[in-house]
Amino acid sequence: MREILYAEALVEGLRELLEADERVHLMGQYFLGLTSHRELMADVRDSFPGRVYYPPIAELGYVGAAIGAAIAGLRPIVDIATASFIFQAFPQIVNEAANIHYMTGGQTKVPMIFHFNHGIRGGGAAQHSHSPQAMLWNTPGLEIMAPSSPYDVKGLLKTAAESDNPTAFVDHTRLFDVIGPVPEDDYMIPFGQADIKRGGKDITLLASSFMVQLALSAAETLAEQGIDAEVVDPRTLVPLDEDTILESVAKTHYLVIVDECHRRCGVGAEFAALVVEKAFSDLRAPIVRVSTEDVPVPFSQTLERYIEPTEDKVVQAVLRVLS
Amino acid sequence: MLPTLSTKVLLGLLEKALAIRRFEEMLVKLAGKIDVGHFHVYVGQEITGVAALDLLETGDLCFTTHRNHGHLLARGADPALMLAEILGKSTGYCGGRGGTLHLASAQLGFPATSAAVGGCTPLATGAAFGMDRLGSDRVSVCLFGDGALEEGSYHESINIAALEKLPLIFLCENNSLEALGQKAGEYPSSTLAVVRLTDLVAPFGVPAITIDGCDGKAVRDGMTEAIDRARSGEGPTFIEARTVRWPGNRPLWPALVTGETNLSMAWDETVIPEEFREWHTTQDGVLRFVREMIDEGHATPETVIALDELVQDQMRTAENFALESPYPEPETALDLVFAKSGSVP
Repeated sequence: MREILYAEALVEGLRELLEADERVHLMGQYFLGLTSHRELMADVRDSFPGRVYYPPIAELGYVGAAIGAAIAGLRPIVDIATASFIFQAFPQIVNEAANIHYMTGGQTKVPMIFHFNHGIRGGGAAQHSHSPQAMLWNTPGLEIMAPSSPYDVKGLLKTAAESDNPTAFVDHTRLFDVIGPVPEDDYMIPFGQADIKRGGKDITLLASSFMVQLALSAAETLAEQGIDAEVVDPRTLVPLDEDTILESVAKTHYLVIVDECHRRCGVGAEFAALVVEKAFSDLRAPIVRVSTEDVPVPFSQTLERYIEPTEDKVVQAVLRVLS
Repeated sequence: MLPTLSTKVLLGLLEKALAIRRFEEMLVKLAGKIDVGHFHVYVGQEITGVAALDLLETGDLCFTTHRNHGHLLARGADPALMLAEILGKSTGYCGGRGGTLHLASAQLGFPATSAAVGGCTPLATGAAFGMDRLGSDRVSVCLFGDGALEEGSYHESINIAALEKLPLIFLCENNSLEALGQKAGEYPSSTLAVVRLTDLVAPFGVPAITIDGCDGKAVRDGMTEAIDRARSGEGPTFIEARTVRWPGNRPLWPALVTGETNLSMAWDETVIPEEFREWHTTQDGVLRFVREMIDEGHATPETVIALDELVQDQMRTAENFALESPYPEPETALDLVFAKSGSVP
């Protein structure tokens, strides 16, 4: 199978969706941020005149407009660019999009995707480094995809586009250079199906989005020390494949969660609660979370490195749990 | 003034205006007997809603607010299904999930009703964006009060609508004129530094008019022009329809301080009490409309009374239906978070 970059798989997915359905419009057009891959999006814009909207700097207005457009029959894919900007649009995402199907008694659907690049990208400081997925996970009515590989990003995007529900597309600029196999033929990855990114028997590393890549690196280092770690990637938070997570823990009996959210009430907190509630007796040691410290993300590299999850922190956490 | 329309059409408008008035009166009375919770009534604004929304066609979409009862009735909503929703019954428009704040009927062109002030402006703008991109000739109507102009969402939305020349009508119902609550130092309504609301429109280059919201002809003419502009691709229009806030709407709980509407005040000055005289003689749009209908020979006191009795009968039927309707089964609270056809199994 051919191997392509994550950024290429993402753009290929967007392009195929635009080709397949005239109702698909892009609102906002960064997707790849200001990375070196951004020219790929310029090509998309040129290929689909009138279908790629360049909005004002008004996240509340244009994300809300995408919700209204979805109600009227479009299938918008909205780019919020840096995840921290989602807070400008929160009233429309959390209080409108997520609620509309439910509070209308199922009369009205909101088929849209909103994409954002979350997490610590290096020098983003406090206002460009957020991982808001835990806040979105605490909002009933949103589906949430968080891919970690070229194969997953394209397959999950195709499924999200078919959904009649508002879907958060949790993305990360540090994934763009990941290379991996992607079929030439069309394919979809159903939501709610976790993927074992690396099989192992000694401990489970549960991670999503870019943290999956971190966990895979840590697993290689651990393998050199004779520890066989399994890396579980839920791929979607809503719906969540609880079974695969619980089966892995039942097999390995140890769990380290790797999460880029701040620790308190982060995605990792919900993972931990799930395993404690449903598989407490399978655990032979307390769960450990490797996550971002509960401080605003600092600018300086040394400070940033100190508070973010790193491969070394994951390795140390595993050694601690297994000791 | 009355819109230039046939007697038959005018009587149809009057029937809807009466339906709104009697519906809200029924609700206020009911709230005195059972716990209905907090709600917002449309008394005093009936002529704006009825004259404006009568011009819409199937497929045109409205995005309204917490003060939505009159808008739905103006487009033909069934008062029984509305009251059932307001009482949280399973037979209501939203199966009891929305209530008074979120009354919605996709079929009638109310796909989603936001009760967050300023919530409707991006949604209505987006619907217009969708219609525009789909090549449809439908229009989107954003219905909101003067308070929503205090929210940033309005400014972001009108900017987008103006830039994209979207088929959108901003119908701002300024019901804060002489707001009694504000005078009395109670809960404030509009809190804006601008003197004229349309000052918030002019910089965007969007045509704006200010009209008397109780003047049926002014509403209809303004809305006709706005819809024409929207349908022909010339972009959005802003209409400020001014009404005086009903004395019974004194914040925060509506009360029938002016009594149930006595339509004979429209043709018999002697029955108008001194208290609230100004309201009954000039500010109550429904009484004004009836007065004009009679003055111009479109109706007689008898036809008005007959129409009103018909409307009141409908309200009694609606009330019985809503009160007798069952509440939803508790466990159904877990349903409908997601649309089934999606990727959620």
